[in-house]
Amino acid sequence: MALKMVKGSIDRMFDKNLQDLVRGIRNHKEDEAKYISQCIDEIKQELKQDNIAVKANAVCKLTYLQMLGYDISWAAFNIIEVMSASKFTFKRIGYLAASQCFHEGTDVIMLTTNQIRKDLSSPNQYDTGVALTGLSCFVTPDLARDLANDIMTLMSHTKPYIRKKAVLIMYKVFLKYPESLRPAFPRLKEKLEDPDPGVQSAAVNVICELARRNPKNYLSLAPLFFKLMTSSTNNWVLIKIIKLFGALTPLEPRLGKKLIEPLTNLIHSTSAMSLLYECVNTVIAVLISLSSGMPNHSASIQLCVQKLRILIEDSDQNLKYLGLLAMSKILKTHPKSVQSHKDLILQCLDDKDESIRLRALDLLYGMVSKKNLMEIVKKLMIHVDKAEGTTYRDELLTKIIDICSQSNYQYITNFEWYISILVELTRLEGTRHGHLIAAQMLDVAIRVKAIRKFAVSQMAMLLDNAHLIASNTQRNGICEVLYAAAWICGEFSEHLEESNQTLEAMLRPKVTTLPGHIQAVYVQNMVKLYASILQQKEQSGEKEAAQEITQLMVDRLPQFVQSADLEVQERASCILQLIKYIQKLQIKEVPVAEEVIALFAGELNPVAPKAQKKVPVPEGLDLDAWINAPPSDSESEDEKPKTIFHDEEQRHSRHRQPEIDEEELARQYQDTPGVEHIPVVQIDLSVPLKVPGMPMSDQYVKLEEERRHKQKLEKDKKKKKQKKEKKGKHRRHNSLHTESDEDIAPAQHVDIITEEMPENALPSDEDDKDPNDPYKALDIDLDKPLADSEKLPVQRHRNAENLKSPDTEAPLVGKKSKKPKKKEKKHKEKEREKEKKKEKEKKVTEEGKKGEDLDFWLSTAPPPSSITQTQSEPEGSTVLAEPEENEDAKKEEQEEDNDEGKKSSKHRKKKHKKEKEEKSKDKKKSKKKHHHSEEEPAESVQNGTLDDEPLPPMSSYCLLAENSYVKMTYDIQGNLQNDSQVTVSVIFENKSASFLKSMELNVLDSLNAKMLRPEGSSVHDGIPVPFQLPPGISNEAQFVFTLQSIVMAQKLKGTLSFIVKNDEGSTHEKLDFKLHFSCASYLITTPCYSDAFAKLLESGDLHMSSIKVDGISISFQHLLAKICFYHHFSVVERVDSCASMYSRSIQGHHVCLLVKKGENSVSVDGKCNDSTLLSNLLDEMKETLSKC
Amino acid sequence: MGLGGSCAGWLMQAPCWLGGDFSLSEDTQQQIIRETFHLVSKRDENVCNFLEGGLLIGGSDNKLIYRHYATLYFVFCVDSSESELGILDLIQVFVETLDKCFENVCELDLIFHVDKVHNILAEMVMGGMVLETNMNEIVTQIDAQNKLEKSETFIFQSPRQDR
Repeated sequence: MALKMVKGSIDRMFDKNLQDLVRGIRNHKEDEAKYISQCIDEIKQELKQDNIAVKANAVCKLTYLQMLGYDISWAAFNIIEVMSASKFTFKRIGYLAASQCFHEGTDVIMLTTNQIRKDLSSPNQYDTGVALTGLSCFVTPDLARDLANDIMTLMSHTKPYIRKKAVLIMYKVFLKYPESLRPAFPRLKEKLEDPDPGVQSAAVNVICELARRNPKNYLSLAPLFFKLMTSSTNNWVLIKIIKLFGALTPLEPRLGKKLIEPLTNLIHSTSAMSLLYECVNTVIAVLISLSSGMPNHSASIQLCVQKLRILIEDSDQNLKYLGLLAMSKILKTHPKSVQSHKDLILQCLDDKDESIRLRALDLLYGMVSKKNLMEIVKKLMIHVDKAEGTTYRDELLTKIIDICSQSNYQYITNFEWYISILVELTRLEGTRHGHLIAAQMLDVAIRVKAIRKFAVSQMAMLLDNAHLIASNTQRNGICEVLYAAAWICGEFSEHLEESNQTLEAMLRPKVTTLPGHIQAVYVQNMVKLYASILQQKEQSGEKEAAQEITQLMVDRLPQFVQSADLEVQERASCILQLIKYIQKLQIKEVPVAEEVIALFAGELNPVAPKAQKKVPVPEGLDLDAWINAPPSDSESEDEKPKTIFHDEEQRHSRHRQPEIDEEELARQYQDTPGVEHIPVVQIDLSVPLKVPGMPMSDQYVKLEEERRHKQKLEKDKKKKKQKKEKKGKHRRHNSLHTESDEDIAPAQHVDIITEEMPENALPSDEDDKDPNDPYKALDIDLDKPLADSEKLPVQRHRNAENLKSPDTEAPLVGKKSKKPKKKEKKHKEKEREKEKKKEKEKKVTEEGKKGEDLDFWLSTAPPPSSITQTQSEPEGSTVLAEPEENEDAKKEEQEEDNDEGKKSSKHRKKKHKKEKEEKSKDKKKSKKKHHHSEEEPAESVQNGTLDDEPLPPMSSYCLLAENSYVKMTYDIQGNLQNDSQVTVSVIFENKSASFLKSMELNVLDSLNAKMLRPEGSSVHDGIPVPFQLPPGISNEAQFVFTLQSIVMAQKLKGTLSFIVKNDEGSTHEKLDFKLHFSCASYLITTPCYSDAFAKLLESGDLHMSSIKVDGISISFQHLLAKICFYHHFSVVERVDSCASMYSRSIQGHHVCLLVKKGENSVSVDGKCNDSTLLSNLLDEMKETLSKC
Repeated sequence: MGLGGSCAGWLMQAPCWLGGDFSLSEDTQQQIIRETFHLVSKRDENVCNFLEGGLLIGGSDNKLIYRHYATLYFVFCVDSSESELGILDLIQVFVETLDKCFENVCELDLIFHVDKVHNILAEMVMGGMVLETNMNEIVTQIDAQNKLEKSETFIFQSPRQDR
């Protein structure tokens, strides 16, 4: 044995080690690949040997080769061998190699689990350390699940070196195995106060990283972090915490207020630039979250801006860069403070560092106002001329366009100037952004009617000078502007002065060298131009001139007919035939102009980019359905193309059907009260300017100044007249500084036509959230008490002795809990959306609880601001939200004819939000009654301006049962996904001072209604409530029921059994209840547009019934709100004291209501597919209304 | 994750990947190295040390932060959870630690002892997150590990090891 080892080490003396390998590679520069493949062969030989030292050396070399880009995954098994060596030296080599080349797809990785577990519990701390480091790089979901418990134990290791690594790696474990977060979190939180600074820093690191992704779950840690922030001296930790606060403040404005003081102190005191910078950043975040309402923060803004100015002025480019970066954040909320540093930012445009120039450009984007736009763009144009690299120049170009076009050209007062800028930009050679300029030209020309004449003249000039622009077509993106120029000249040819000349310019032979798509537009638009010239000539009786122009077309068009581009060829030959025909008619002296011009009659309106998406799919059209039977798999490859072609043909013919629907839609569209509902923004005019000759954008700057000056003078004159007694001094002061944006009237009569959207489309788009976000899985509530089932899986030992130890209880429980979990998952899939919504609601309720401690902590803020604090509190805002709604309703009345659909759905959304608030408020109310009653008077005084008194709080949760231990309230919601399911959400509140556990809910199923139980359990089994309740805590659980028929209300008897545990022992208790499924709970609030509603009523398939309730005193608005809230209806339309409402049952019954309010009574007429359902619904409604 | 995943060191002549927690294919790694090297090396001496994220390094949330020492570039790729200036300090700590461990570190040390560089970095950054920033602590741990290694390997010590 010893001999073998000695032999091995002698052998090894002849192997290359890492240094030899590196040296060899350096010496074989010319044939590196060959040399390395040689080395790899050697390594393969070495790996075959038994000696672990030889293997380790080989793996070490492989690691180096991997860094050079060679795949070494083939050696994965050898790497594991080296990892499991007993000696640290080798182990380290093995783990290093593994961390470099293992990833989730590495199949041998599962072999490492036991080895890693062994290393983690090694007596040598460096074995443990190296295993943790390695694991942090290649941890997989399986490894995370299997090792989470081991790592969690290490978090309390005696050695800080291990503790800090274990804490840090937990983040990776959470990511891969989110279930571990809740069980491990308490210990992680403990580590925030670890005596060792390294461990503490690691814990801060992990929590900050978690909180960054899902900040709301970590709000309750704010007091702890605050303590750390004011006590820690470690800048690393401070930076992390301060960054974390930056992420938390948007969620809790009161936190921000508490932070401002310590942060400003730090800003003043620290000498570390990194810390200062992060403080400034967080103060900015705080100021943003406080929004504009808060006074007295101008000092903080000033401080930030002033510190940032120092950073920007610093010679250190890094500070300059960061200063600009932070400045851009302030810009969003406090543009004025930044705008005063315009000089500094413009200076940065001259910086030699491109990163800094780009940052400065970003800032400029936000800094422009009507007043300074021209000036800023002028500066940028100078930079465009000076710019060397095309990348930066292109960036400048796009920025100029962005700046000018932002918020619907908000800052442009003179569109002639803007067109001139665009024309000037076409002089740029070699830019890639020709299409951008073109798009702008088109957009402005189409949407600003007043500018068309000017635009056309400029575009004609561009066409005339096309040879300059398109000098070298191949590499030149700028020729794209000719596309726009040709189109504008053609479409708006009536504004063209020298039409003949332009037409000739478009017919030049040189045009044929342009890219095909541009030529195509040329061809199309020259006909438009031709048509308008023809008309001119015919009207003025110049027959010969008209014939001449036709002849010109006939002569020149053939050059396009010969084009290699199919599109150009097709259009040209088509048009050539047309013109030849016209020529024949002309010879016969038949007037043709009228008919030719009719080809292009009608205005083209801009269409919003999202319009297509918003076009509703016609009823009965299933876009996902196969039109033909899907091609069978057996078809061979060769046949496929044929089938596809065939398929397409079919598709065309089938398409007719939906087209009819579209026509119908179009008719409906015209039926709606005129096209006037397309809002047109009118900006009022002042004197239109006419600039003679070829414009230079600079001229406009001067002219604009003069114009504004004139305007101001006029205004001043007026002022003088009005307030003659005012002293001159004062007035001068006035005119000096108050030239706000609003004072500047635009130079042209500008009407920006808003883009068209299909009828009833909502402008708001749901956020496109990434469903694959890996951090979403970590969005877990951490304040909820741990349930029994939530334990990290522990490895089961086969050792019988161990089985007896209390520890091993865990795996059993873990296993048991697994089963229902799986079911839950299935369940989740079924009603994903629903669940999500519920969860959100749940969170709100829990936030209420969570809020308590936090509220207390936050309320220790200085008293003067505390009034505003309570108002900004999300929970307390219900009352505030209602006046808004009232206003909404008022608006609704005023804009009745505007767009009901939009309004009512908005209404609904609000309602929904309110519902949530309501719930959380209810919870709160029970505990914080005092607090609340203090608030209310203050608020109602604030809102005293509104004549309607606020709505009483509403909650859809009603009492299920109550005894001295527990109170249950419940709410029933229909399930959108499944037509025979409803979800019952039950809130359990522990009223006793004891611990409630093992809660189980059971109901006696009826024939019609059944509780959904996990597979395999009998109808008599109860469903365990997935949590325990400590004293005073409440929590919500959901149960799904299936229903056969929903036309009648249902009642189910049930029992909640639970164990009450306190110091004296535990007792078994029961609580009976009756679950009432009202008919309203089968309805799902569904918005409906008035036209669809009318159609529905006309259809005649509905049964009708009505009720009348007397003695109603509440306002109609509140009445509707109640019906919406408790009976799940939405308002379709409301006129005075009459409203139509709509809802839909989970099984698809339409329910339409007409609610009319008389003196003291309300009558409700209902229509529904099912008469029983309707009469039941109306009975329920009667009950609600009679309570009013 | 702390350092957006990855930290990578570059030597002027032999750029090399010092790992991180990107699980990227070797080809992508090499491509990132090439492109980053291209970006960083053409930058002037007195420009800022940040480069905004391209698509290759995972989008706009990520930044390249580098420091340039003679023929060496140290480039870290970090996301927005890290303080920019903090990372510059971290690179400084890294370089000073290298200097201590190699006794006047030079380019060749790093080229020939990449494994040691790795081990040092592993004490500072773990799985893409900053682990330790205190230089003395790092050096202590590295020394202790080297001692352990020596005690294990003396029988096998090859005469060429210390070259």
